[in-house]
Amino acid sequence: MRLEREDLLRAYRRMRTIREFEERVHREFASGGIPGFVHLYAGEETAAVAVCENLLPGDQITSTHRGHGHSIAKDCDVTAMMKEIFGRADGLCHGKGGSMHIADLSKGMLGANGIVGGGPPLACGAALSARVLDNGGVAVAFFGDGAFNQGTTLESLNFARVYDLPVLFVLEDNGYAESTSSDWSIGGNDPVRRAEGFGIKGEKVDGHDFFAVYRAAQEALEAIRNGAGPRFIHIEFTRYYGHFEGDAMTYRPPGEVEEERSFLDCLTFFRARTTQGGQLDTGELDAIDVEVRALIEDAVAKARVAPPPALETLTTDVYASY
Amino acid sequence: MSVKSFRQAINEALRDEMHRDPTVVLLGEDIAGGMGARGVQDAWGGVLGATKGLLNEFGRGRVFDTPISESAFIGAAGGAAVTGLRPVAQLMFVDFFGVCGDQIFNQIAKFRYMFGGSAKTPVVIRTLCGAGVRAASQHSQMLYPVFTHFPGLKVAIPSSPYEAKGPLTQAIRDDDPVIFFEHKAMFDDTAEVPDEPYAIPFAEARIVCEGRDVTLVALGRMVGFAKTAADRLAKDGIQCTVIDPRTTSPLDTETILASVRSTGRLVVIDEAHPRCSMAADIASLAAEEAFESLKAPIRKVTPPHCPVPFSPELEDAYIPGPNDIEQAVRAIVKERADA
Repeated sequence: MRLEREDLLRAYRRMRTIREFEERVHREFASGGIPGFVHLYAGEETAAVAVCENLLPGDQITSTHRGHGHSIAKDCDVTAMMKEIFGRADGLCHGKGGSMHIADLSKGMLGANGIVGGGPPLACGAALSARVLDNGGVAVAFFGDGAFNQGTTLESLNFARVYDLPVLFVLEDNGYAESTSSDWSIGGNDPVRRAEGFGIKGEKVDGHDFFAVYRAAQEALEAIRNGAGPRFIHIEFTRYYGHFEGDAMTYRPPGEVEEERSFLDCLTFFRARTTQGGQLDTGELDAIDVEVRALIEDAVAKARVAPPPALETLTTDVYASY
Repeated sequence: MSVKSFRQAINEALRDEMHRDPTVVLLGEDIAGGMGARGVQDAWGGVLGATKGLLNEFGRGRVFDTPISESAFIGAAGGAAVTGLRPVAQLMFVDFFGVCGDQIFNQIAKFRYMFGGSAKTPVVIRTLCGAGVRAASQHSQMLYPVFTHFPGLKVAIPSSPYEAKGPLTQAIRDDDPVIFFEHKAMFDDTAEVPDEPYAIPFAEARIVCEGRDVTLVALGRMVGFAKTAADRLAKDGIQCTVIDPRTTSPLDTETILASVRSTGRLVVIDEAHPRCSMAADIASLAAEEAFESLKAPIRKVTPPHCPVPFSPELEDAYIPGPNDIEQAVRAIVKERADA
C-alpha cells in the first residue's frame, strides 16, 4: 500500500464530504425541507471511500438504501445529488428517484436501492459485462448486515463463485438491520466463515480505520483483477443516525452513538494518524473542512430554489408506454 | 365504540385474535424491534407501530422478529399454516413481494388445489401499500391486482379504521390465505371503531352512500376520495352511489352489478396501475353483465401507467383525487344530457 499525500488528501476530502453532506441532510430533513425517507451514512465513510479509492472510473458499484456515501465516493455530483434528495427537476434522477434511488450510470454508480439485497445480483451482472466485454472492469456490491440474510445476496455469492466473476462483496455491518441487531440476525455470527462456505476468501476489518479498509480493499481488488474471482470484506462500524431519519433509536443503549463518535470516529482517527505521522498537517485538513462546508452549503442553497419537475415528465422514461 | 386510528384498529384485531386463539403467531421484520440489541425491546412495533405492545403481552414465543429474509419468513408462515398454526406475517412493504413471490404465488396460493383439497392454509400476510408519502418507486405500489390475479388468494383492502379491524379479524379466522393491504397514508386516520372483536365477512361490498345517477366503485384510500367527490356532486344535483368492495378476491359482483343496472353509469376508482387492474376488471364485469343497462361509457379513474415518482409535485399529480373523480362523473353525466 502506498498512499501519497494527494491520495490522502483526496480520501479525506471524500470522507469529509460524505459526513458534511449527511449531517446537513439530517438538519434539512428535520426542518422539513426534504420529503420522503432518508437513510444516512454518517459513521460509515471508510467503507465507501476506501473501496472506491481503489476503483477505476469504468468499474461499477451497486449500493443500498443508505446510498449517499457510495454515490459521493464514486464521484457523483453532490449538487445534483442534493437536488435529487429535494426532488428537483435537475436532480441526478430528475426528481423521480429521490434519496433511495440516486444513480449515475455514467460514473458506474448503479443506484441506491430500496430493496434490501437488491444490489448483489446486479453487481454480478456488471461483473459479467466486464467479463464478456473483456474491459478489465470489476464490480463492487455494497450491502448491509440485513442484506447478508437475503437469498439474493447468498445466491449472488454462489453465482459469482461458480463463474469466478470479478466482483467484490462488501458487507457494511453497522450493527443494526433497521432495529434488529446484526449479532442476532446473522446466524452463526461469523460472516467471513459464511463467505468461505461459498468458497470465497474473506476478511474482517475495523471500519473505523480507513487504512485497514483501504489495505483490505486494495488486496482484494488486486486479486480480483488478476482473475482470482470474487472476494468478500466484512467491515464493522456503527451508524450515527437512525435506520431512517425520524427513528428514535430506542433499541440502542443510551450513549452508544456518543461513545463511538467520541472514541472511534473515522475522521478523527484519520486526522490523528496522518498528522502524527507527519504526512499531512492540521491546517490543510482544516482548509478542506472549510471548502467542503462551502460546497455543501452551496448545494443546499441551489437545491432549495431549484424548480420541481415539469408535470409532463411524470409519464416519460417508462420503457413501453400505452 | 370509541375513536381509534387505523393503526390502533389493526393492533386491536391482532391482540384480540391472539387472546382468542393460541395458534395465532406473528412474524415479520422489526414487528417488535430491537431483537438482539441492548436497548428497548418492542422498540418499533413494526415500521408504522401497528404491532406495538404485542411483544410485551404475548412474548417472544408468539411474536417472531425475523432477519431481513422475506422468502424465508413468508414461506415459513405458509408452512406453519399447513401444520397447525395461524400465522400473521408482515411483509413490510408490498413492493417486497418481489423478493418472496415464489413462496406466495407458487406455494401458498396453490396448496389446497395442488394437494387435491387436503390443505388448510390459514395464513394472513399484512402489508403496507400505496402512494402519498414520498416513498418513491419501490415503496409505494398498490399491487393488489397482482395478488388478485392468482386464483385462491383472498385479497382485502380496508378503507377506514372500522374497515381495518373487522376484516383483519375475519382474515385471521379465515382458513385460507389472505393478503391484507394497509395503506400507509391512512395510519393516522381516525373513526369510531367497536372495542369488542367483530368480523366482517369477505365478498360483501359496503354501500357507502346511495344515489340514482352514477355508481362509483372505489378501493382502499380511494373510497374516501370517492365519497368526497360524491358529496360535492350532490350539491349540483348529481347523485352517486359509492361502493367499497372491501375485497377484490372474492369480489362481490352482485352488489356492483345491481347498482350499475340501477344507475346505468359506472366510474371505477383505483390507485393501482391501470393496465390489468381492478379498474379494468370491474369495468369488464359491467360491460359483460350489465351492458344493456349502461347509459354512458364506463370511466376509469387511475394513476397514469408509470411507476410512482419521488418528487412531491409528480407524486401529487400521480395519485387520483376527488377532482379527477368529479370530472369523470361530470363527463358521463353530461354525455347523457348531450344525447
